[in-house]
Amino acid sequence: MSDLADSNKRAEEFLKGLWKENPVFVAVLGMCPALAVTNTAINSLAMGLATTFVLVSSSILVSLLKSVIPKQVRITTYIIIIATFVTVVDFLLAAYTPGVHKELGAFIALIVVNCLILGRQEAFASKNTVGLSILDALGMSAGFTFAMLCIGIPREILGSGSLFDISLFGAGFEPWIVMILPPGGFFMLGFLLLGFNWHAKRSKERALLKQTVETT
Amino acid sequence: MDNLIWIFISALLINNFTLSYFLGLCPFLGVSSKLETAFRLGLANIFVMLITAVCSYVLNTWVLIYAPYLRLISFIIVIASSVQFVEMALKKLSPDLFRALGIFLPLITTNCAILGLALFSTNKGYGFVEGMVYALGAGGGVTLALVLLAGIREETRVLNIPNLMQGTALNLIIAGILSMAFMGFAGLFST
Repeated sequence: MSDLADSNKRAEEFLKGLWKENPVFVAVLGMCPALAVTNTAINSLAMGLATTFVLVSSSILVSLLKSVIPKQVRITTYIIIIATFVTVVDFLLAAYTPGVHKELGAFIALIVVNCLILGRQEAFASKNTVGLSILDALGMSAGFTFAMLCIGIPREILGSGSLFDISLFGAGFEPWIVMILPPGGFFMLGFLLLGFNWHAKRSKERALLKQTVETT
Repeated sequence: MDNLIWIFISALLINNFTLSYFLGLCPFLGVSSKLETAFRLGLANIFVMLITAVCSYVLNTWVLIYAPYLRLISFIIVIASSVQFVEMALKKLSPDLFRALGIFLPLITTNCAILGLALFSTNKGYGFVEGMVYALGAGGGVTLALVLLAGIREETRVLNIPNLMQGTALNLIIAGILSMAFMGFAGLFST
C-alpha cells in the first residue's frame, strides 16, 4: 500500500509541472525566454532542452548539497551553481550546434536569470531528496518545454507559414509577419493565457454544477 | 558624439529592452499597477544598470580577458552585490521608497534586463563611455515601458472588462500593442 502511495506521490511530483502548476501558463515564470526565442519551433525546442539540462543538473546538485549550504548565502550559492551549468550549456551548444547557438544568442546565457530555475531550487530541491527533486525538475522543464512549443509552433506557422523549417502552405501563403516579431510573442502568450483562464473557469463551474446536482 | 546619440536612441526606443528584447518582464507585469511605483522601479533599474555598466567594463578589461569562461558567474556576482548595495542605500536614505518597491528590489538581481545589459554591451564591444550611454538608454527604455504600461493599466481600472480578460492576459495584450507601436521607431535608422 505504501508503495502505491509512494509511486502516486512520485507521479504527482512529475505531473504537476506539466499542467496544474505549469511554470509559464499558471505561475507566469520564465517569461523572458518564453517570448524572446519562440519565433520558430526549433528555437523553442532548443531553449526548452537547454533549460531542462540546467534545471535538472542544478536540482541534483542543490538537493545533494542541501545540508552543506549555509542558510544565509543559499540564494547566492544556487545562482553560482546555475550559472556554472549555463556556462556548460553555452559552450556545448556553441561547439555542437553553432547555428542554434547563434540564433539564440545571449538568451542562452540569460537562462541564469530564469526565475523558474531559481524558484524550483528554493521551493523544492533544497527541501527534498535527490530522486524527488529530479522528478520535480523533469516535470517542470517538460511543462516549460511544452509551453515554449505551444507559443513557438503557432507563431512559426502564422508568421512564416512553416513548421520546423518545413514549408506548409506553399508559395501562395502570405505570412503574418507580425507574429514572428516581438509583438506577436506578447499577443500569442496573452491569448494562450486567456484560453487557460477560460478552461480553468469552465472546469470550476462544472465542478460546482456537479456538486449542486449531487446535493439536491 | 553622433555615435553616442545613436546608441542612446537605439537602446531607448528602437531596441527597447522590454518591448523588443523581452527583458525584465517580471517587474514589467508585476509592479506596473501603480504609476508612481512603476516610475520608482524604473529609476532603481537605471541606477543598477549604470553600476552594472561600470562593473562589466572593469571586469571585461582587467579580468575576463584571462578567463572568458568565468564571464557569466562573475557578472552575476557583481550584479547581485550591486543590487544589495542599492538596497542598503535605499533603506537608509529613503525608507518610504524602500517600502514602496518592497519585494521587487531584490528581484532586480534575477532581472534579465540587468544581466542582458552586461552581456549585450560586451558582445557589442562597447568602451566605458559607450557602455554608460547604453546603460542610460536601456534603463530609460525600461522605465518608459513600465510607465506607459502602468498608465494604461490605471486607465483600465475604470473600464468594464470581462472577468476572463483581467490580469496577466490583458497586460500581455496591452504590452503587445505597445510593442507594435514601438516597432514604428525601427525606421529611424534607415533614414
